[in-house]
Amino acid sequence: MSRYTSLTDEDLREMLAAIGVSSIDELFDAIPAALRLGRRLDLPEGLSEQEVYARLRAMAERNVSAEDELTFLGAGMYDHYVPALIDSILQRSEFLTPYTPYQPEISQGGLQVMFEYQTAISELTGLPISNASLYEGPSAVGAAAYLAKLANGRRDVVVSRGVHPHSRATLETLAPGYGQAVAEIPLIDGVTDLAALEARIGPDTTAVIVQQPNFLGAVEDLEPIVAAAKAVGALVVCACDPLPMALLRTPGELGIDVAVGEGQSLGNRLDYGGPSFGFFAASQEHIRRMPGRIAGETRDVDGRRGFVLTLQTREQHIRREKATSNICTAQVLNALAGVIYLSWIGKRGAVELAELMLRRADYARRALTALPGVRALHDQPVAREFALALDAPVAAVLERCAAEGVNAGYALGREYPEFADGLLVAITEQRSRADIDRLADVLGRAVAAERSTAMAGALS
Amino acid sequence: MSPAAQTPNGVATQTPQQREEVVTIYERSRPGRRAFSPPALDVPERPLDELLPPSLRRAAPPELPEIAEPEIVRHYNGLSKRNFDLDSGFYPLGSCTMKHNPKLHERVAALPGNARLHPLQAPARAQGALELMWNLERALAEVSGLPHVSLQPSAGSHGELAGVLLTRAYHADRGDERTLVLTPDTAHGTNPATVTMAGYEVVKVGTSPDGGVDLEDLRRKADDRVACLMLTNPNTLGLFDPNIEEIARITHDAGATLYYDGANLNAVMGISRPGDMGFDIVHFNLHKSFTQPHGGGGPGAGPIAVSDRIEPYLMVPRIVRSEDGEGGVPRFDLEEESPKSIGRLRGFQGNYGVFVRSYAYICSLGAEGLREASEIAVLNANYLLALLRRPEIAPYLPLAYGERCMHEFVLSGAPMKRDLGIRTTDLAKRLLDHGYHPPTVYFPLLVEEALLVEPTETETRETLEEFAEAIGAILREAAEDPEIARNAPYSTPVRRLDEAAAARTPVVRQPARG
Ligand SMILES: Cc1ncc(COP(=O)(O)O)c(C=O)c1O
Repeated sequence: MSRYTSLTDEDLREMLAAIGVSSIDELFDAIPAALRLGRRLDLPEGLSEQEVYARLRAMAERNVSAEDELTFLGAGMYDHYVPALIDSILQRSEFLTPYTPYQPEISQGGLQVMFEYQTAISELTGLPISNASLYEGPSAVGAAAYLAKLANGRRDVVVSRGVHPHSRATLETLAPGYGQAVAEIPLIDGVTDLAALEARIGPDTTAVIVQQPNFLGAVEDLEPIVAAAKAVGALVVCACDPLPMALLRTPGELGIDVAVGEGQSLGNRLDYGGPSFGFFAASQEHIRRMPGRIAGETRDVDGRRGFVLTLQTREQHIRREKATSNICTAQVLNALAGVIYLSWIGKRGAVELAELMLRRADYARRALTALPGVRALHDQPVAREFALALDAPVAAVLERCAAEGVNAGYALGREYPEFADGLLVAITEQRSRADIDRLADVLGRAVAAERSTAMAGALS
Repeated sequence: MSPAAQTPNGVATQTPQQREEVVTIYERSRPGRRAFSPPALDVPERPLDELLPPSLRRAAPPELPEIAEPEIVRHYNGLSKRNFDLDSGFYPLGSCTMKHNPKLHERVAALPGNARLHPLQAPARAQGALELMWNLERALAEVSGLPHVSLQPSAGSHGELAGVLLTRAYHADRGDERTLVLTPDTAHGTNPATVTMAGYEVVKVGTSPDGGVDLEDLRRKADDRVACLMLTNPNTLGLFDPNIEEIARITHDAGATLYYDGANLNAVMGISRPGDMGFDIVHFNLHKSFTQPHGGGGPGAGPIAVSDRIEPYLMVPRIVRSEDGEGGVPRFDLEEESPKSIGRLRGFQGNYGVFVRSYAYICSLGAEGLREASEIAVLNANYLLALLRRPEIAPYLPLAYGERCMHEFVLSGAPMKRDLGIRTTDLAKRLLDHGYHPPTVYFPLLVEEALLVEPTETETRETLEEFAEAIGAILREAAEDPEIARNAPYSTPVRRLDEAAAARTPVVRQPARG
C-alpha cells in the first residue's frame, strides 16, 4: 500500500507524549461515540504503485480514444494537437503544485502567467479585460448571465438555440437562483432567427446570448443581433470558439459586452471533458462586476515590477454574500496551457491555423455533400465544424463507420430532435486531406448500406 | 542599498541586489519569429473571401507573441522559478490541505485512453472511463456515508452551488417556499457567496465560546423560512463540533437541509462520516483530501454526495450500471433523463482528469490508508500545536479556541501585535525568508489576526519541528527589532507589493501595441 507518510513507531510515541495523550484515538475524543464509524470503510485494500498503474492502464485501454480511431467528433471539445512543450512546462512542480497566489512575493511566476493569459484572451476577443479563468465553457456562460443580473437586474435571459446545449442547460439550472427566466430563440437556415429575436426581446431582457460559430458550426452575422439587443438596453454575451477568433470579427469590434468560451482547444487535452478552462472577457464598464481572479501589474517597495491579485473586493473571500461570484478554485493550470499554446502558435500561426481549418472544413463539406444521401444541413459559412443531414438513420451510420475505425462525428438528434438526421463533423488541423477522403469513403458506404437496407425493408 | 545581509540563522534581512526586472512574453516578441509551423495546405486554396465574407472577419489579427520555442521554454521556466510550490517546501495553508501530490497520478492521467478520450465518445466505447467514475462515486459514497453521488461540480464552491440549488429544488417540489440559508460566522466566503447566487438570503449563526455553533442562536434562527444550514465539521477553527447531532436535529425539525462543506474532510476519512452526522448533502474537494495538484489555483473538482430525499434532484447525466453487458461484465451508461433533476451545472461529465488522480489515490491507500491519512493529519496538527504552545511562543500566538485540534488549528496574533508590534501578515512575510509558505492568514474572520495552520499527514515531524523553530526565531527577532518582520520579505523575487495602487488603477493586461 502506498501511503505517502513518514511516521515511524518512534515518531508516534514521542509525538503522542509531546501532545500529552496516550493514543491517536484520544485526539478524536470530540467526536461522539455514536458518530464514530467503528468499522473499516467498505473499500478494497490499498495497492502498491505498480498495481495501481496496471489497474488504471487496463481501465484506460477499455476506452476508444482519439489515438485509436480517426475522429471527427467535436461539438464543444476538439482533437487539436497539443505541443510537447506544454506537457513539459505544466509538469513543472512550480506550476503544478502551488495553490492560488495569496502570497504574491513567492507567486510571481503564476501571477505573471495570469497577466499574460489575460492579455492573450483580451487580444482574441478584442475586449479590454479578462479574468484568470473560470471552470469551463458552459459555466462561463452561466457566469455571464450573473454579470447581466448585476449590471441591469432584468429578468429575461434570451438565448439562441445555436448556443451549446450544455450551456443552455446550465443557464436553465442557474436561472431559479438568479431569479431569471430563460427564453430560447430558434434557428433558421442554421443561424439565429433575427426576426424571432427582435419579437422576443424588450425592456425585461437582461442579456441576449449567442455563440460564434454556433453549435451547428455556422458563423453568425452578429451585427444585427447586437443592434437589436442594444436597442432594448440588454447586454450581449457571446460564447466564442477561441481558435476561429483569429479570423472572425471580435466581440470588441461588434460592441459585445461579454465574451466567454470553452478554452479546451487552446493546448488542453480532451480528458473526457475536463479539466479545461472557461474564459471570460468584458468591456471596461464591467470591470468591477467580473467573476473570479484577476491579476494586475504593480510595483514592490523597492520599485520593482510585480504582479498581484487585484480588484479582490469583488470576491467571495472579502465581499462574501455580496460577491460578484462564488468562484474560488478555478482552472489556472489549464489557462497556463492556454497562454503557452497561444504563444506557441503566435500571431501569424493563429491566422494560418484558422485558415487551414477553414479550407479543410470547406474541402470536407464539399466532399461529403457530394455523397449520395448526404446534404448540408445549412449553407452558412463555417470555420471548423459543419452540419450534415443524412438520408439514413444517423446512429446506424455512425456504428458502421466506427466498425471501420472512423468516428464520423456527433449525432444531432438527441439535443435537436428537429435535426434527427443531423451529423456534426469537426475538422481540426490533425485531420489531413487523406483523412477526410477516408471519411468520405467510409461515410459514403455506410449511408449507402443503410439506404439499401431501408430499401430492402420497404420492398419485402 | 547595502548588499544582502544574513542573520545568525542564515535568513536574509536584505534584498539581494542582483534581481533583473521581469519581462513579459509580449515584450520578448519580435516580428517574424515563430514556434509553430502549420501542417501543409493539402486542399485547394480557395480565396478567403469565398469562404468567409470580409464582413464577418476581424480587422487585424490578434497581437499574440512572435517567439521561437527555445525562448518560450526559457520564459516559462524562468517564471516557474519565481513560484514557491509544495514540491519545494512546507505549505501549511490552512483549509487547503496541501498534501503531497503523488507522481503516479500524472502518469495515469496522461494515458492516451484518458487524455485523448473525447467527452462525447459513445458510452459503449468509454467503458473504462465510466467504470472509473462509477467506482469513484461508490468510494465517495462510502467515505461520506451518503449513498448518491454526482461528480459533476468543478470545485468546492461549484459543489456548494449544486447543493443549495438541490435544496431549492427539494423544497420547491414540496411546495415549500423558503428564503433564508444559515451559515456560521466561521464559514468560508464561498458559502455566503453561493447562497446569494442560489437566490437565498444569508443569515449568520454565531459561534459559542468553545468554538462550535451557538445552539441558542441556531434555535432562534432555525424557523420555517430557513432552507438550509451550511456547515463544515470539523469547522474552520479546526474543531469538531460535538453538538452536531443536536444541530442536525434542530435543522431538520425546522424542515431545512443540512449541507456539509467538505473542505475539512481530511480530518475524518474512515473515522466519522457526514451522512452519519445527519448531513443531507456533502461536497468533496478532490484537490484537497484526494490529492489533485492545486495547479496554482485549479483545476479541482467538487463532487457531491446526497441522501435519498435529495437524490431525485441530482444533476444529469448520471452514471448507471447494469449487469447485462457481454459475458457478464457490467455495463456503464450515461443517463440524461431524470424528471426532477436540476439539470446540468457545466459541460460534459466533469473534470475527469481529476477523477483519475483521485481514484488512483483511493486505490493506493485503500480503506486503512485513508483512515491512517486522517489520523496522521490530526496527529501532525496536534504535534505542531504542542510545539507552538511552548512558553516562548504561546503567549504571543495563543490558540484561539479549545485545547486540541483536528487536522488544523487557529492561532491569534493579537497578543503578538500588541506586545511585539508585528502583525500576522508580518509574521507570514517573514516566514517567506525562512523558506516556508505561510499558513492562511486573517481567516476565519472572527479570530483577530488569525493564523490558520494545516500541516497535513504527508509532512515529517522534523519539518514540523523546524517550522516551529522558525516561528520562535521570528518572535525572538521581533522582540529585538520588529522592523525586520515589518519590512519582510527580503529574499523573495519581489518584496511587498503595492496592492492598493494595483486596485486603484488596474493594469490587467499588457498595453495594446500601436
Ligand atoms: C472551508 C472551505 N470551503 C469552501 C472552499 C471552496 O472550495 P473551492 O476553492 O474548491 O471552490 C474552501 C477552499 O478554497 C474552503 O477552505
